[in-house]
Amino acid sequence: MTKNINLTLKIWRQKGPEATGTLETFEAGDISTDMSFLEMLDVVNERLTLENREPIAFDHDCREGICGTCGAVVNGRPHGPQKGTTLCQLHMRHFESGDTLVIEPWRARAFKVIKDLVVDRSALDKMIQVGGYISANTGGAPDANAIPIPQETADLAMDAAACIGCGACVAACPNASAMLFLGAKVSHLALLPQGKPEAARRAAAMVREMDRLGFGNCSNERECEAECPKEISIINIARLNREYLKARILSTVR
Amino acid sequence: MQLDAKIPGGPLAQKWDRHRFELKLVNPANKRKFDIIVVGTGLAGGAASASLAELGYNVKTFCIQDSPRRAHSIAAQGGINAAKNYTNEGDSIWRLFYDTVKGGDFRAREANVYRLAQISNNIIDQCVAQGVPFARDYGGLLANRSFGGAQVSRTFYARGQTGQQLLLGAYSALMRQVGLGKVQMFPRREMLDLVVANGQARGIVVRNLITGQIETHAAHAVVLCTGGYGNVFFLSTNAMASNVSASFKAYKRGAYFANPCFTQIHPTCIPVHGTYQSKLTLMSESLRNDGRVWVPKKPGDNRAPQQIPEDERDYYLESKYPSFGNLVPRDVASRNAKEQCDMGKGVGETKLAVYLDFADAIKRDGREAIERKYGNLFQMYEKITGEDPYGTPMMIYPAVHYTMGGLWVDYNLMSTIDGLFVLGEANFSDHGANRLGASALMQGLADGYFVIPYTIGGYIARTSFSEVTPDNEAFKDTAREASDRIEKLLGINGKRTVDDFHRQLGQIMWDYCGMARNNQGLEKARGMIQELRTEFWQNAVVPGDDKDFNQSLERAGRVADFMEFAELMVIDALARLESCGGHFNEAYQTEENEARRDDDNFCHVAAWSHTGPDKEPEFHKEPLIFENVELTQRSYK
Repeated sequence: MTKNINLTLKIWRQKGPEATGTLETFEAGDISTDMSFLEMLDVVNERLTLENREPIAFDHDCREGICGTCGAVVNGRPHGPQKGTTLCQLHMRHFESGDTLVIEPWRARAFKVIKDLVVDRSALDKMIQVGGYISANTGGAPDANAIPIPQETADLAMDAAACIGCGACVAACPNASAMLFLGAKVSHLALLPQGKPEAARRAAAMVREMDRLGFGNCSNERECEAECPKEISIINIARLNREYLKARILSTVR
Repeated sequence: MQLDAKIPGGPLAQKWDRHRFELKLVNPANKRKFDIIVVGTGLAGGAASASLAELGYNVKTFCIQDSPRRAHSIAAQGGINAAKNYTNEGDSIWRLFYDTVKGGDFRAREANVYRLAQISNNIIDQCVAQGVPFARDYGGLLANRSFGGAQVSRTFYARGQTGQQLLLGAYSALMRQVGLGKVQMFPRREMLDLVVANGQARGIVVRNLITGQIETHAAHAVVLCTGGYGNVFFLSTNAMASNVSASFKAYKRGAYFANPCFTQIHPTCIPVHGTYQSKLTLMSESLRNDGRVWVPKKPGDNRAPQQIPEDERDYYLESKYPSFGNLVPRDVASRNAKEQCDMGKGVGETKLAVYLDFADAIKRDGREAIERKYGNLFQMYEKITGEDPYGTPMMIYPAVHYTMGGLWVDYNLMSTIDGLFVLGEANFSDHGANRLGASALMQGLADGYFVIPYTIGGYIARTSFSEVTPDNEAFKDTAREASDRIEKLLGINGKRTVDDFHRQLGQIMWDYCGMARNNQGLEKARGMIQELRTEFWQNAVVPGDDKDFNQSLERAGRVADFMEFAELMVIDALARLESCGGHFNEAYQTEENEARRDDDNFCHVAAWSHTGPDKEPEFHKEPLIFENVELTQRSYK
């Protein structure tokens, strides 16, 4: 049933990376429960604009839960309270009138705040750049059915490849570790026969880059798995560890 | 002026081979002397950037998102077509070519479409080599499913997120080249204008979206891969930032815009529910493999779907089109949904929806099988609507999804500006008046991986370049114009938000230039757009500063361009006195309410050139010559 609710929002405002931020309070009245969380923020921003105040900056794009652009910490939980859901797919029917929502950006050493709820996640791209790929230049590929891949393997690879690179795992982790993000990519590629030739080099290089970028270590808190909007399993971290060990011990790659 | 598409001679099946041989080559050692700018990092831009860098060119790639992995290709769900014939159903390059030409209602170029069908197979090979986890059968071989407008299963897929997996493949290839230093990546940059020097596209002006700085970048060629313009309708399945600005700026600098009125309204989207709504969500066409579309036979029937007995349901697609059934092409399915709702048979609160029912499929195959195929789509539906589609039929309604029109390009994918190439949805070339499902991914990747690497070499090898740097006057002038416009937008200081203007523009376009059009409505829309545009420049409010991260300013610039572009769409729709594919003019229909083409007078591409501010655009014609297929009334009965 559609109804309208009134909320109090405490939103992180920060002018730039070097500025000091603060929580600012907004009354969000008359919010339809059919709205998505981001549509609720749109309504608040429209009202701010008409009052000649600067709207709240937040990243968003596809609003279908697949591009990984959006994300904020709502009442301490990345992407808000609903399991397996990005912020753009979270709907206001999950809140009650009178609720107070504290909305903050991802917080991690490797993610600088750009403005308000917008953070710099380029560190995720940097990790991919050092090895999150299969080196297959355009043009030389054999027939797609030349290598049969068991359905189960393909499914496991797909489970890992479903990562949307939003960074919620990093925001959820008390150590701001990127192990789930990294584990998902390393697993996806290491599971497939096409990815095996570079598996050792990939695992070693990506882990090294993760450390360099200032992400923390994994201490098995499992917060990443609990908050991942695509419910990527921490089995992928175990697989990453295995790949990393194989690389360091069994391979000549350094 | 008549346009020359530079289609190679010879039999259809040999044109591309022959052309590749005839194109001049750039020596491998010389490629590093040439800089290429790629704008956009979707399937076309990501694939082009990676492939050009692999060849040795210096590539500079730009995107508006914070990472190239977020381009809107990522949201494509259903799949990608290829003529592999792994299913042994009699598919072939020729059949894929024919289905695509017919699906496009005979308004696409034969030679381009044939090339697309030829390349389709290489794309699947390439993607598998990159590690794209396509769905597989128990034996480990690739699985296929069916899509609209085809009677063979030729669609490869990765669950309901094929676009994501293909894009991540292209993105990984791109990231590899960034790591190797062959691509310089510029995220969070928005192209504000194209720089044309000595008649050649030589660079772009961009705004750094974090600092607000205006930057200029020079190169030997510019490749636009900036997607479609569906957001002119405000509500569409496009991402929020998808826009026409880069294409439109190129148009203003001399590139022709082709068939802007060809827009695709996708039949299976979640219906509109409130005035605050920011976008529409697609439910993949693949659902029509197993879902059955129906409405109550009796208009105004308010019973819950489960309470409507079988014989009081109208499975209108199955009864009207027995051979294609629920898998008719998108334009046909959309128009039929509208027709049913216009007759008062629509369902749900707004009566602007039809049912897509999986009860029979679940009974036949079991819930688990359905979950396996469409699980994530069902979940998405449940999240948005709060209803469980396993128990109650989905409600769907058509929504703007894709734009077949785009910048005019020749067979080499070069626009009417030398050195400006346009790829993917941003060009017009392959889908005619209606795109078939699972063909957008195919075209984006074909253009990026397998066409541009050859044709751009041909251009560079035959062209003499003068020394052009960002110190050149053309760069300074273009950058100044871009800055002036930003200042103007921030200085309007009106009372109405940009979104509010955008919403109204979208409503005008949906009402008068949407699923069905007529000349009277189009004339009216043109006046309304002009008035709204005038009001925009007097009464919009754009808060914040220019040298800052300012999302309001970004949106204002894009909406300002939509305000001008919308009129071009209407002008194009008014000039095409026939119905074809996505362009349905009510005055031109068969007795069965299907689109009636006029091949004697309108078998052409309509390309428009800019003649100056507030002046009528000039019309140019590229006749479409069909040597290999016979033009027929499309029938899916």
